[in-house]
Amino acid sequence: MIINHPLLGPRDASEFTYLGDATLINRPDWQAENASEAFYEYGYVRDNPAGEHQELWYHEAGDRSWLVVTRNTLTHEISKVELARDVARARGRSK
Amino acid sequence: MHDLVAITALGGPEPRVDTIGGVTCTEVPHIALASVAARMGKESKSTKTLAKLIDAPTPEIGRWTGATVSAFWAGSDQWMVEAPFDTHEDLAAQVEAAMGDAASVTEQTDGWVRFDLNGDNIPAVLELLCQLDLRKVSEGSAARCSIHHIGCFVLCRTAENYSIYGPRSSAGSLHHAIVTAMRSAL
Repeated sequence: MIINHPLLGPRDASEFTYLGDATLINRPDWQAENASEAFYEYGYVRDNPAGEHQELWYHEAGDRSWLVVTRNTLTHEISKVELARDVARARGRSK
Repeated sequence: MHDLVAITALGGPEPRVDTIGGVTCTEVPHIALASVAARMGKESKSTKTLAKLIDAPTPEIGRWTGATVSAFWAGSDQWMVEAPFDTHEDLAAQVEAAMGDAASVTEQTDGWVRFDLNGDNIPAVLELLCQLDLRKVSEGSAARCSIHHIGCFVLCRTAENYSIYGPRSSAGSLHHAIVTAMRSAL
């Protein structure tokens, strides 16, 4: 499997490690009223889609960047690779 | 008063040199290193300041630039600065003073071991060692990759001169990997 790194171009998947569902970017507000429920869902509840799935990959044997990879779980086709930094900032994080 | 003897990363009093089939692998001590990581929102200021420091354009993605003091790209908004140890022993302090509050600077001298490969046909050695796409590697390239599970930087100085940086604590393993690949490929 080849992951097309947004900065470095196509790299073999063996250079990367997989973390999991990219919803991990959406860490809940720990001061919110429903924080305990939100963190339960954040920690334990995942969708398990048969189809497009956004997931976090780490380029450990490369530039050490975190990526959000959109992969089809049925075909393993990768349709989109973005820097997790850009995705997080687009969602209003790290500002 | 202590009477300590300086040794290289491989433990010898002099740098190790191995020549196999027209390629020479040389252990290179006496290099000062400092890493530079731009702070959030200060990326363009860091890029400009670093360019002034190395007297060359700040390296783009996957490149190195500079002369006596040079820098190579290590990641998004991160670079490693290299200079001769004899003249720049306090490199990290110099870089920190230059960067001010735009970037975080960390001393890296002696955290790394450097091996230089000189000769023809170095790509034949590298293609046994790492997964880099060597057709895309040219003079001025700098790439991080894994060599025998050791995270290394591979810099192409010229077509006949490459530098490999690896963690100093794995110097022996990295040297073994390089020399074994040289014996196989050349």
